[in-house]
Amino acid sequence: MSIEIRNIAKRFGNFVALDNISLDIPGGELVALLGPSGCGKTTLLRIIAGMEMADSGQVLFSGNEATHLHTRERQVGFVFQHYALFRHMTVFENVAFGLRVKPRGERPSEAKIRAKVFELLKLVQLDWFAERYPSQLSGGQRQRIALARALAVEPKVLLLDEPFGALDTQVRKELRRWLRQLHDEMHISSVFVTHDQEEALEVADRVVVMNRGHIEQAGSPDEVYSNPATPFVYRFLGNVNVFHSRMHGPWAEVAPREQDGKAAEATAFVRPHDIEILRQETGGALAASVRHVQAIGPVVRVELGHQGEVIEVELSRERQQQLGLVNGDPVWLMPKQATVFGEGEARRWAPDWVI
Amino acid sequence: MSAAALRLANRESRGVCITLMLLAFAFLAVFLVLPLVAVFAEALRQGWSAYLDALKEPETLSAVWLTLGIAALVLPFNIAFGVAAAWAIAKFDFRGKSLLTTLIDLPFAVSPVVAGLLFILIFGAQGWFGPWLSEHDVRIIFAAPGMAIATLFISVPYVARELIPLMQAQGREEEEAAVSLGASGWQMFRRVTLPNIKWGLLYGVILANARAMGEFGAVSVVSGHIRGETNTLPLHVEILYNEYNAVGAFAAASVLALLAIVTLIAKTIVEWRMRHEQQTLAAALPAEKTA
Repeated sequence: MSIEIRNIAKRFGNFVALDNISLDIPGGELVALLGPSGCGKTTLLRIIAGMEMADSGQVLFSGNEATHLHTRERQVGFVFQHYALFRHMTVFENVAFGLRVKPRGERPSEAKIRAKVFELLKLVQLDWFAERYPSQLSGGQRQRIALARALAVEPKVLLLDEPFGALDTQVRKELRRWLRQLHDEMHISSVFVTHDQEEALEVADRVVVMNRGHIEQAGSPDEVYSNPATPFVYRFLGNVNVFHSRMHGPWAEVAPREQDGKAAEATAFVRPHDIEILRQETGGALAASVRHVQAIGPVVRVELGHQGEVIEVELSRERQQQLGLVNGDPVWLMPKQATVFGEGEARRWAPDWVI
Repeated sequence: MSAAALRLANRESRGVCITLMLLAFAFLAVFLVLPLVAVFAEALRQGWSAYLDALKEPETLSAVWLTLGIAALVLPFNIAFGVAAAWAIAKFDFRGKSLLTTLIDLPFAVSPVVAGLLFILIFGAQGWFGPWLSEHDVRIIFAAPGMAIATLFISVPYVARELIPLMQAQGREEEEAAVSLGASGWQMFRRVTLPNIKWGLLYGVILANARAMGEFGAVSVVSGHIRGETNTLPLHVEILYNEYNAVGAFAAASVLALLAIVTLIAKTIVEWRMRHEQQTLAAALPAEKTA
């Protein structure tokens, strides 16, 4: 089922949570709403679920008006950050809940409920936990039960609100992979909210980056990472060095040339792995000195000082072996690739030289 | 340093602990246990048969029945209002929410005698609805309905007070989950909300019930003290005592004290159950760290 969001706006008192947002979510995709806390991503998810009412705008499910539909009638499965399992019911009863509350005419027989619940518990690999209570399960297990419970009513859309936010790194990675796998098997349209860029980039078909009630960019994980549409997206997805064109003599080359006789304000964004460190001075290179060298796993992170500012560079271990950088070494920097945000538009820039 | 020494280091010295405990126990003994013992001692001063005879007095019996009757009448209203108010305050945001919270506490702030007088002002013969009520031959003041209304006023905050923090702590998520799974409002309440609040609700009901049975001031004002008709147990105790009928007064008082003890035991059991449930919840938390 596809979801269309049309000009949705929502305020909480003076706080603008969503500012005229429009978004198309095609059927069958796994979409991530990504952004810092307070950017409106959870509010948007709750509006899709009908748990929050938008001040204005429309929500359409498969092209049909759903703005004022009650949550009960939307046929969405909702998974909460803190699981929200019914604490006084066993795992079995939790998963069976959606089937038991169906109107008498549609309610499946006890045998059918049993079969369905165990089918789902097998799917989340927890079928031997049926008689346990939620308090006897770990966080990761609880979230899988919550997912099974949501899937029991065969929802048209699955909405997940920071589903792995309360879990530790190891469990999070495992569940992430598992969710992706589940989605590939079931092909149910899913939207999940996260503030973890790695999670969004790793799991989703499409990433929607949000900030202060706006959508900054929507696209495939590769698109938003390699072609950030705005400075915010650049900063939010990974580390980045920021250069203001006027301050850095030779690197001002990367800025748009003078327009109408005035130097245009521009900012250049360069990823740490897109900066080359050179031992000899070259035309256009920036003089800097090494302040700190740290090997982290497969990469070596080098902190450089340039006119009192810190620039971060990531090298491969091989490159560091060639260079043999030590604290205090004078070096020169060249950008391999940069994105320049002038007034309004973004321009990608890559030098025509190669080492 | 050993673990035991570490633990002692941030504790008060044994002397302070023991002094504080002794003080607390001495205070409880003088102000709570001693009067309770005195009630039974006085009631039984002339032996068991005199005690039982005093209890069998028709006026005392009618006072017992009236007290229980009013409590039973008031309880459903207490539950309905308490749950509704706590639900509204804990789970919704609306204008006037803090006003409602303050209003719920009003019976705590107003003197019961003043509350009684207010109801006379409203329903009394010279009150706002007095003429209309007497025209339709409805007696509220100086009759059981007025006493029930006054008792309701006095005991109404307890259930809500008990449930609001509990429901706030539990949040809305379980209810939201229930609705997203297709539950109707009633199904959500009966299958999710009610089981989660049952012990808190029972605790509030016990407190409200104790207050309702023991109320004197407000009920005294609206009752009119008609013997055998509009006397609850607390009122009856006062009347007997003023008539120098010590055994009768203390016998009636002992019934009230017994009701209080039963309440206390029920309250302890419920508290224990609540704590037990919280502990099983808390015990499950460390498990969250593992897969």
